[in-house]
Amino acid sequence: MSAEPLLRVENLVKHFHVRLGAFGEKAATVYALDDVSLDIQEGETLSLVGESGCGKSTTGFTILNLHRASGGKVIYKGQDLTRLDEKHMRPFRRDLQIVFQDPYSTLNPRMTVGEAVGEPILFHKLATKTELKDRIATLLSDVGLPARFASRYPHELSGGQRQRVVIARALACQPKFIVCDEAISALDVSIQAQIINLLLDLQEKYRLTYLFIAHDLAVVRHISTRVGVMYLGRLAELAPRDALFQTPLHPYTKALLSAVPETDPERERNRKRQILQGDVPSPLNPPSGCRFHTRCPIAMEVCSKVVPEWKAARPGHLVACHAINSDLS
Amino acid sequence: MTARISEPPLLDVKGLTVEIDGRRGPAVVVDGIDLHVGRGETLGIVGESGCGKSLTMLSLMRLLPNKIRVSKGTARFDGRDLQTMPTRELRKVRGGDIGFVFQDPMTSLNPVMRIGDQLCEPLIYHRKMAKTDARKRAVELLRLVGIPGPEERLNAYPHELSGGMRQRVMIAIGLACEPKLLIADEPTTALDVTIQAQIVDLVKDLRNKLGMSVVWITHDLALIAGLADRVVVLYAGTVVEDAPVDELYANPSHPYTRGLLASIPTLSDAPAARLSSIGGTPPEPGRRPAGCPFAPRCPLAMDICQRDVPKLEPISSGGSHRAACFAVNKVLKAA
Repeated sequence: MSAEPLLRVENLVKHFHVRLGAFGEKAATVYALDDVSLDIQEGETLSLVGESGCGKSTTGFTILNLHRASGGKVIYKGQDLTRLDEKHMRPFRRDLQIVFQDPYSTLNPRMTVGEAVGEPILFHKLATKTELKDRIATLLSDVGLPARFASRYPHELSGGQRQRVVIARALACQPKFIVCDEAISALDVSIQAQIINLLLDLQEKYRLTYLFIAHDLAVVRHISTRVGVMYLGRLAELAPRDALFQTPLHPYTKALLSAVPETDPERERNRKRQILQGDVPSPLNPPSGCRFHTRCPIAMEVCSKVVPEWKAARPGHLVACHAINSDLS
Repeated sequence: MTARISEPPLLDVKGLTVEIDGRRGPAVVVDGIDLHVGRGETLGIVGESGCGKSLTMLSLMRLLPNKIRVSKGTARFDGRDLQTMPTRELRKVRGGDIGFVFQDPMTSLNPVMRIGDQLCEPLIYHRKMAKTDARKRAVELLRLVGIPGPEERLNAYPHELSGGMRQRVMIAIGLACEPKLLIADEPTTALDVTIQAQIVDLVKDLRNKLGMSVVWITHDLALIAGLADRVVVLYAGTVVEDAPVDELYANPSHPYTRGLLASIPTLSDAPAARLSSIGGTPPEPGRRPAGCPFAPRCPLAMDICQRDVPKLEPISSGGSHRAACFAVNKVLKAA
């Protein structure tokens, strides 16, 4: 990792201030994201995994400045994006795109496919009105849809086709970086594979960089260069794909991997699962010290008191766990 | 646990057909499905959205929404016909002999009723328990499904629980009267893998303790591998393959099943550059092609597949592995 990263996230923090109680009489803070640091290299797919509420989507949103960061920096082309207002952010929006989970709610039902895909092109003045039609046709063919789809409305399309349109729209202004926020989770199994292949093809063709947010670990293993595991708003582990799946270090990563079912009846029946007890604690009141210590099978006394340091256990393999650190020292 | 062949199955569905009334006339959603579940057996029903897996199970309980009805077929449970049974009788079966766990605990629990009252309701209605006994039993049930502090939880409303907790409450309600058959419709789809693993282990455990039969509806072929004794694969409202679980994964025969299995990335095999995928999309109900419904997406499609509908036929000597495919059946007959 000597090359200058495409995007650098430094100690990113996002707290949401909410009001609870029937009349909103109680102020509270959701600790959605705490002290998250990572580099994203050009051309790679960095995946973030974890249970719902772990802050993986918040990370994506905050990087793109769709959520205002409460602290920390996002450095892109020498600029700290968290300091930019919407007007100054606009030129960067061209480079930084997002594909959302649900292709049913992210397309305007009153806009045709062509209008949806063409809008960012016109907005950023990347083509004249006369060139627009050809540009839309090219984009649709990039995502495997015929040009005649441009005049269709979202309700005429299947879920897989809609997700292709959403991807075409994200590609419209020739971005460098795309956040895929659970982009395939809402799709059927046979369609998921099509969209994964499409994302991989487009990455090759346009040298795209993905931040891939997902909860399906098998899919993540299939497409990622590096994988980050999050728990309750903090990164637990970040490593190259094979290192993470073959030699996971953090006890949470191990538990998460052991929970994934496999398509082999014999192995499934005989497998010893390490099942985590209980639910993820509330981010309104996260546990002290290491946030995982309440569910951790190897928790020690120090874990409930001191936040474990985020450091490299091996080159490129980062982890935050007291047990790991003491093993190596 | 596999059922003995000589015993009549606990649930026996024959030629079940479900139609939706649409603007263009009735559309067939479930097209003549045959199913059977033995005593103590766990049947997995696998299919993608719109294949009719949920409607099949709802129709058994006569819980179909407006404008959707059963047009043909029979469903016998424990020797009694569920379709012709008087509603009064059926009410005793629902929640009594057959427990149901619905997909979405957010919408299927009553938001203005305390968890305890929702758990006691079937016990008081079906088992004629006194309220105090029912509450004791409710505490046991919550403990059984792994909810900590069950006594206090009885007074909680659904919104006070997390998704995993709510789903456990749904399962506890389904199990309340120790049903002979538990029908679980995508019970873990909305949950995280860690919670999913907890729920799957729980159901396995309870099945062994209570000796009940389970029908588990899912789209997840990996999940069902470790859970079911037998798996039925649905496509566009028809059964395309039906096999004992080991047989299905070792020797998937219908091209759709093969395609599905090949398109799932796993944690164990080497990551390939591209996943194999099934082209096209499943047909909408009412716009299904003549002939085999999978023919337009099938790599093995022949002329006959466009014209005739293949029957579900045994492909092994024992007859326990069946597939509905001209290509597969022809290969076997020639051999």
